[in-house]
Amino acid sequence: LELVEIQAALQAEALTGQIGLKKTINQVMASDLMSDVLSFCGSGVLLITGLINFQSVRTADVLDLEGIIFALGKRPSEETIRLALQKNIPLLSTPLPIFEACGILYSKGIRGIDRRKKGDG
Amino acid sequence: LIGEKKEMADALLFRKKFSVQAGDFAKAGEASVEIKNILKEVGFDPDVIRCVAIASYEAEMNTVMYSVGGDIDFIVKPGEVCLIFEDRGPGIPDISLAMREGYSTATDEMREMGFGAGMGLPNMKKNADRFTITSEVNRGTRIEMHFQRHK
Repeated sequence: LELVEIQAALQAEALTGQIGLKKTINQVMASDLMSDVLSFCGSGVLLITGLINFQSVRTADVLDLEGIIFALGKRPSEETIRLALQKNIPLLSTPLPIFEACGILYSKGIRGIDRRKKGDG
Repeated sequence: LIGEKKEMADALLFRKKFSVQAGDFAKAGEASVEIKNILKEVGFDPDVIRCVAIASYEAEMNTVMYSVGGDIDFIVKPGEVCLIFEDRGPGIPDISLAMREGYSTATDEMREMGFGAGMGLPNMKKNADRFTITSEVNRGTRIEMHFQRHK
């Protein structure tokens, strides 16, 4: 799915304008814990989170994530949005809770992260 | 010839020192992103860059959260990347306990940042090819990590 289709499906507001809305998204990870995102998430993944501070955008930058969707209508500060604009990381805000957002995306064929890819052992 | 090869692998490609401010959550991670971008320019493999960036970011967050300030020494050689984090601060009394997944002394503020779940040190160790940590209570902590260019 293109990010713009995900935006429509989740009734989400784009907080960073048109940036990245044409990207194709295949994988999503949902987490509020950035250490878990760092531990398990490869690049090319869209993050759904309730964490709206700087560290969500910084984590996305470190991992080359495709973008971030903030759940429950949360909005990060203007500074955080500015950082995302600088780094070309699309931010969206959906009124839906994380569980529902994930359910909708799963029903549209989006899948979770491929943990087998990370050599854990 | 073998000696010559070893010398080449040990040659210095790039070195930079970063200083990390304690408690500066707005800047936390900037050095790690810069390190990632430098390695991209040098042409390291994306998988290696990923490991370096993750370990570096975790260590940088630890410096911001737990110490009173520290430095990163970032060294790039043809065959490997080395990161040395040295901080001034309370130190770690029991390193084997701190290395255990889930063990954390984080405050609520740190947890609100999405960190402090006791995954930082194990995450660094997992991503580095060589990981050494030494710490002295009331002095500080030193973490040295090596990442091979070719696994």
